[in-house]
Amino acid sequence: MSSYSASLQSGKKSVGGSIGKLAVRVFLILQALIVVYPLLWNVIASLKTNAEVMASPWALPTSLNWDNYVRAFTTAKIGDYMLNSVLVVLMSMAVLLLTAIPTAYVLGRMRFRGRSFLTNFYMAGLFIGGVYVIVPLFIMMNDMSMLDNRFWLSAVYATNSLPFSVFLLTGFMKSIPHDFEEAAAIDGCGYFGTLFKVIMPMARPGIITLIVFSFFDFWNEYVLAMTFITDDAKKTIPIGLSNLMQIQQYATDWGSLFAGLVIVLVPTIVVYALLQKKLTQGMMLGGVKG
Amino acid sequence: MNMSMKTRRGLFIAACLLPGLALFLLFKVYPTIQIFHKSLYLWTGVGDEPKFIGLKNFVDMFQDDVFLLALRNTGFLMLIVPVLTLLIALVNASMLTQSKLKERGFYRTVFFFPSILSFVVIAILWSFIYHPTMGFVNSGLELLGLGDWAMAWLGDQRTVLWALAVTLIWQAAGYYMVMYMAGIDGISPDLYEAASLDGASKIQQFFKITIPMLWEIIRVTIIFSINGVLTISFVIVSVMTAGGPDRHSEVVMTYLYGQAFTNSNFGYAMAIGVFIFIISLLLALISNKLTERGSH
Repeated sequence: MSSYSASLQSGKKSVGGSIGKLAVRVFLILQALIVVYPLLWNVIASLKTNAEVMASPWALPTSLNWDNYVRAFTTAKIGDYMLNSVLVVLMSMAVLLLTAIPTAYVLGRMRFRGRSFLTNFYMAGLFIGGVYVIVPLFIMMNDMSMLDNRFWLSAVYATNSLPFSVFLLTGFMKSIPHDFEEAAAIDGCGYFGTLFKVIMPMARPGIITLIVFSFFDFWNEYVLAMTFITDDAKKTIPIGLSNLMQIQQYATDWGSLFAGLVIVLVPTIVVYALLQKKLTQGMMLGGVKG
Repeated sequence: MNMSMKTRRGLFIAACLLPGLALFLLFKVYPTIQIFHKSLYLWTGVGDEPKFIGLKNFVDMFQDDVFLLALRNTGFLMLIVPVLTLLIALVNASMLTQSKLKERGFYRTVFFFPSILSFVVIAILWSFIYHPTMGFVNSGLELLGLGDWAMAWLGDQRTVLWALAVTLIWQAAGYYMVMYMAGIDGISPDLYEAASLDGASKIQQFFKITIPMLWEIIRVTIIFSINGVLTISFVIVSVMTAGGPDRHSEVVMTYLYGQAFTNSNFGYAMAIGVFIFIISLLLALISNKLTERGSH
């Protein structure tokens, strides 16, 4: 409304206002191009032959070379890596939800000795990033034969997300009125029954926010997967792609590398399109207040 | 009856807390204690017996030219990237919320997108964008008649850090923009209306209203962004340049990793980990102090 009321004041200002608006638009469109063009360029390159990729970055492919995609699946085994990634994401998510929800429930809603100590203990975990401790983690997992194992990789992922998840969910748990538990107790609901049947549905927005954020973290993780998994058959997508890039520098099959990138982009774009609103709303819940 | 209620309650609390606690102790707390402890040891290889050497690893660090170069490169990125990222994010956020454009939602969706992409995908994509012959940066310059400016962006020690910085900014600016947009939406429109009735320009409003009102969010994002650079630079550097040319894009995280897993210098790598951990805590504290309202 402010620009509207300003434009009522004098004709001069409204001309300046629309020029200003045009400048803003041009500025934003330019930036949108900077964001979108590299991705579009990637898609176009994935349909080119090797010679075309090397010839000019601006030219369109003369024919659509779907062969690149076939090779990405057959030679480069992108499909296998993807399956591993799906498995790791599912296991990490299961471990995270099974540990974070009960922890947050107890820390957020029950009074007992040591509660505030435990809350602070988890908060301290927010400051410990994954890479600082990668060396002792690797040595310990080697000693305990946990390396090269997708389940233990997932357990590490879940643990890394645990402090933030507990923090986020505890807030949600606290906001649920206490009457619900009392009513559940009168209905003869046990502790676990109350947690699963009454509290979890109430905390759904928080749990969904958590799932959305963790999905991208788990799907994209690179450093830990690269360090803890050595068997090619167990590698996840980010590792598969970076290997592929190293191989292609000698094999120079650029087309199938670009195709591989597109194959990885597609699920991300689909999930993003479906959850875009949840994600940007979640930023306000988790991100800003975190 | 009363006792058994109490026991049941205690058992429930334990059942809820123990699985999470077990994972947390095993994969987070134990390794953290280990890096502090083993940073005082000479330890070269999984089978080796660690030997206590006091603070020697830390002394060595400051005589290690490659480490110092990596530290300088990291410092450069930790300064340049957060400043530019947050500035771009702030300007875009206030433009999108203030100008009341119809296509505001579209821009928000587009600008946010890079922040959910895999760092590896981004790193691979940008190494082709900068590619001397296949990339569109150089051939774009040639099209514009600026062919003389074309160069191997990632292969030249003068440009490599800037080239990496651009990639890091491209990745993160939209993320912080969405955070700021949420914050600006919470500012009362009356403030802006009153200011524009008083004849304040948009730019004055940006400095006098938007920035002060968002200050608490900006403080948090500064710390987020500094820490983000530390983590993301590892992936970007190891995929795009592997620390080259001639170590001029080596960052502390890639150096730590190389010391541990290429040279098997476990003790030394953990000392570097301790050092980075302390530095990043200090940076968070310092930036928190510097941006306190009182001193602003």
